[in-house]
Amino acid sequence: MTNIKRRNFLKAVGVGGAATVAGFGCAANGSSTASRGAHVIVIGGGSGGATAAKYLKRFSPDLQVTLIEPSATYYTCYGSNWVLGGHATMDEIAQTYDALASRHGVTVVQDSVTEVDPAKRAVMTAGGSTMNYDYLIMSPGIDFRYDAVPGITAADAERIPHAWKAGDQTRILRSQLEAMPDGGVFVMVAPGNPFRCPPGPYERASMVAHYFQQAKPRSKIIILDNKENFSKQGLFMAGWEQHYGDMIEWLPSSRGGQVEEIDAANLTTISDSGLTTVKADVLNYIPPQQAGKIAMQTGLTGDGFWCPVNQQTFESTIHPGIYVIGDSSVAGAMPKSGHSANNQGKIAAAAIVNALAGKDPLSPSTANTCYSLITPDHAISVAAVYALKDDGTLGGVEGAGGVSPADAPASVRQMEAIYTKGWYTGITADIWG
Amino acid sequence: MKRSRVLGPGIALALAAMALAPQASAEVERGELLSASCFTCHSIDATGNMPGLVGYPRDLMVSQMQAFADGSRPATIMDRHSKGYSAADIELIADYIATLQQ
Repeated sequence: MTNIKRRNFLKAVGVGGAATVAGFGCAANGSSTASRGAHVIVIGGGSGGATAAKYLKRFSPDLQVTLIEPSATYYTCYGSNWVLGGHATMDEIAQTYDALASRHGVTVVQDSVTEVDPAKRAVMTAGGSTMNYDYLIMSPGIDFRYDAVPGITAADAERIPHAWKAGDQTRILRSQLEAMPDGGVFVMVAPGNPFRCPPGPYERASMVAHYFQQAKPRSKIIILDNKENFSKQGLFMAGWEQHYGDMIEWLPSSRGGQVEEIDAANLTTISDSGLTTVKADVLNYIPPQQAGKIAMQTGLTGDGFWCPVNQQTFESTIHPGIYVIGDSSVAGAMPKSGHSANNQGKIAAAAIVNALAGKDPLSPSTANTCYSLITPDHAISVAAVYALKDDGTLGGVEGAGGVSPADAPASVRQMEAIYTKGWYTGITADIWG
Repeated sequence: MKRSRVLGPGIALALAAMALAPQASAEVERGELLSASCFTCHSIDATGNMPGLVGYPRDLMVSQMQAFADGSRPATIMDRHSKGYSAADIELIADYIATLQQ
């Protein structure tokens, strides 16, 4: 409480921090920051970064926290499948940074980071600013590896959307589904592990099936999967059979699902050395993924595709002083989900605050929950609690977590559907509220 | 960082006040960090349809988390979460959450 009182007092006497850091002229939502306290820059205003920025201020109001994010409106990837299914709008999955700036005292800069210099502890932006940090948190999400499969490039994404980052891509895929004639085939190519949102492709198939059932019931859905099994598989497949009959066909990698090439001009996938080809009316190619571009460029992935971190704090094992959270990080058993990113943002924020106080880092214990809709009234979930194991990785606590029961009555599925929407409202309030 | 600004009387007063105030107790305790993971679903702004936790009575929190874990209180998902925490952790969470005020 002492901190808050002091902050208010500083505001009252007019100590505004608008000019304390060079290059703040571009601040979209510049707010008064105390001129004392370490400066923490957060790159990326998604689930991880926005949480980290908010909780840094919550844990230690004297910190200067700058969040750099290129978009004024952020569309959550979770919930975007509901838009594809036609029972949520883009507005309902839109988040903004107003509350972070006005309620929590985060300086929000609408810009994109072009370079990080770990030695000088400096961040350069496309807008021409150079900002120095004491600590840096990076939450850059994912980037796509379009070089993994021949025949398709990033330039094809307008016509063959991934829709794995929400926004215009979601709108494109939704309009293609709307334009598709009844009896058409929607083909989704699902990536191998690890990737953002493990149950996401299967919730997407469910939501598209829900839409087809109502609007174009003779249509088909084919999932070409670059793996042998998937998240909540038993629950999804039982739900598909119950609600959609044989509308959804899932092909694992061993049965033609491993896509080797794409004939982008003809919306056709090629697998089994050419023995299997699938022609789509609407093709949704979700490429293999890697850490966000700025993390790769800063060398935070080492020789791999993702960023190794100390899983107690999420500090990079490659560049000390830089913390990597969310999809870009290697986080033990935690999946690449918005819920994981949100909790990792809190762990990194606490680790930085405690480091500044000269304290040892806490041993984190945290959680993930992923709800998926099979219909708007039938949801399933997977949950886990994670703790730091002796080997330094975050592992699932034995005896806890797991998936929804296989034999649950419709009332439980419906209750979980209500909680799915409640989860969305809760997590987005926790991150951006 | 550019900090060179002319110190006006107001600022001097503020700095004096800061010198008197104890330095920020900016340390995150385990109970606060553990509780923070509850807030993902159970927003502290009491939005959403999950039960709010602000000011939740300490002993009730302990008993309900135990009831979820042993199955005596039916649940869709809290049974799976509650089993992931030791009795000591649940007490830390309960102690911290009881201090929250709207």
